[in-house]
Amino acid sequence: MVNAIQELGAKTTRFIEELGRIAVFTWLIVRAVFRPPPRIRPFIDEVFKVGVMSLVIICVSGVAVGAVLGLQGYNTLVRFGATESLGAAVGLVLFRELGPVLTALLFIGRAGSSTTAEIGTMVATEQLDGLRMMAVDPIHYVITPKALAMLFVMPLLSSLFILFGLGGGYLVGAQLMGVDPGSYISSLQNAIVFKDDILSSLIKALTFGCMVGVISTFEGYSSAPTSSGVSRATTASVVVGSVSVLIVDYLLTALMGV
Amino acid sequence: MNRVACRDFIVGLFVLAALVTIVFLSLGVGGLAYSTGTPLRLYANFDEIAGLKTRAPVVISGVKVGQVTEIVLNDDFRARVVIDVDGSLELPVDTSASIITSGVLGDRYISLMPGGEIDFLKSGEEIAFVESAVVLERLIGKLIHGAGTETE
Amino acid sequence: MGECDHIRLEDVSMAFGRREVFTGLNSCFPRGQISVILGGSGSGKSTVLKIIGGLVRPHSGQVWVDEENITQLKERQLYQVRRRIGMMFQGGALLDSLTVFENLAFPVREHTKLGEDEIASRVRRCLEAVGLNDVEDLLPGQLSGGMTKRVALGRALMMEPVILLCDEPFSGLDPISIRRIEQLLMRINEEFSITIVVVSHHIPSTLRMAEQVLLMLPGATVAGSPKELLAHDDDRVRGFLHEDFGGDPDLQVESIEGSHGEKNWSRSW
Repeated sequence: MVNAIQELGAKTTRFIEELGRIAVFTWLIVRAVFRPPPRIRPFIDEVFKVGVMSLVIICVSGVAVGAVLGLQGYNTLVRFGATESLGAAVGLVLFRELGPVLTALLFIGRAGSSTTAEIGTMVATEQLDGLRMMAVDPIHYVITPKALAMLFVMPLLSSLFILFGLGGGYLVGAQLMGVDPGSYISSLQNAIVFKDDILSSLIKALTFGCMVGVISTFEGYSSAPTSSGVSRATTASVVVGSVSVLIVDYLLTALMGV
Repeated sequence: MNRVACRDFIVGLFVLAALVTIVFLSLGVGGLAYSTGTPLRLYANFDEIAGLKTRAPVVISGVKVGQVTEIVLNDDFRARVVIDVDGSLELPVDTSASIITSGVLGDRYISLMPGGEIDFLKSGEEIAFVESAVVLERLIGKLIHGAGTETE
Repeated sequence: MGECDHIRLEDVSMAFGRREVFTGLNSCFPRGQISVILGGSGSGKSTVLKIIGGLVRPHSGQVWVDEENITQLKERQLYQVRRRIGMMFQGGALLDSLTVFENLAFPVREHTKLGEDEIASRVRRCLEAVGLNDVEDLLPGQLSGGMTKRVALGRALMMEPVILLCDEPFSGLDPISIRRIEQLLMRINEEFSITIVVVSHHIPSTLRMAEQVLLMLPGATVAGSPKELLAHDDDRVRGFLHEDFGGDPDLQVESIEGSHGEKNWSRSW
């Protein structure tokens, strides 16, 4: 009994310590962003690696999710005779929840994990220590461009996901199930409000991008310098990233109250 | 160098495409900065708007001509709805406005029924003839209540 | 102190978690000489090197590097000291997304405003100094072990350091490559009169090139010239040097203690 309580205490302490380390790490990144020289070349390379390379998975998943939403939405709405609201249903779900959240989850799997593994390998092969010895701050040269690129890319990917999702829903709903294309689009237009839906979608995507950027770089940076350490860090990056995205999604939805 | 330039180009394309997407979603779907030209602004006071929201469409004969831009409570506790419609429309002064539900549970919107007067409504004027929304729950309540009293 | 003041460790203690690696270590590395830190696995010899480079902060004690007490310095001031230090890592630590040329040019591009021509000529000079050519456009992954170490040495020389730290420069190399690196280090030391500190457990090369040896044994450290150590009173010291001496360098058991073997991944922040 005492042992169990002790264990719980130790776990809590470790958890809080971890949070503190992430906070310090985030602060170091923020500070590094404003320190010259700006790392434009690494940043662009990272945008290519995490953004362009994620395009295919994001677009394909977007169409698939949109198609499912179209089908499910149609099957539900047809019972109420409200199939002309299909556009609204697909649009609202995509903008408010699935767009940013699914994009973030896919992004963690595609880009977050590889970023963690890359940084972890750099730790294990002493590349980060090598940078330090060349009087270059690895946070400034390696970590910050990666985290910034993720922050930058997430809203873009999320928007593309939504666009392709809307397209998928349109294909299934309007072309396959026979909902009037005009009413699909007009109900979509009527339901989506810039301030409530699109802006909050972008805010969510930005927040998730920020989180994924910090978590995946942090896990890599603090990984044990062994191959098992890198693999553990990669797993942790995906698990911690996904869970915290889902939790923060709930909090954001509650906060923005739409 | 060529490889780098090529990669930069792809990154640029990606960012451009994504930004265009955001702009398209904001303007085309989200209805940001909807107005083109000065709209005709009209007011209508309703006893009951029952779930009418801002940005709800305003239609004439089913064709969308504008949207609800603002809903406030009047001093006399009636709902004052601000409507922006296409500025080129010439609506007779005896035009009536009614709140209609699309489908049984669908969204509410405002339908305008042009009258026959020769004078036209000008911007800032009020639509005199209004028909409030039908509240389904109240109807059902009345029905049940009515049925109850009958059996007693 | 005299010439013994280029790098000085005073009463330095280090522990990872509860495991003490060494306590009360006192040592000097004379200016312009080649010093070798010898020791068995887990004796903390790589850690000494990291402490000198400021990568690891000791628990107590003071470390003087090039007339500065680096234990008192903030991270940013430490970066100033590091510009005068070149370090050759065990695995090379080359940035694997950059070519060999870009790797060598990297520190110069970071810290100086030299033009591309000057950088290119300096890169070529450094590659020549380590006996390499035609590797400029290769990626680190395409290099052999010995080449990687030589490129790493070349990169360490790019900023014209006054101190060169080498972590296990001979590990994993064949006897010929060992001799080559060894001669390189001696020539660099002679030509540029750089203070060189080498961490190694390769006895033959140590005896050949070291002007000063720091032998780290469990619970004790002994310093002196190779000759002094070979004639030392302590059996363990003589034993350590003789046991391996003359043996086939290839059969040298690789230290399990990699440069990170101490499970120290705590960051300086």
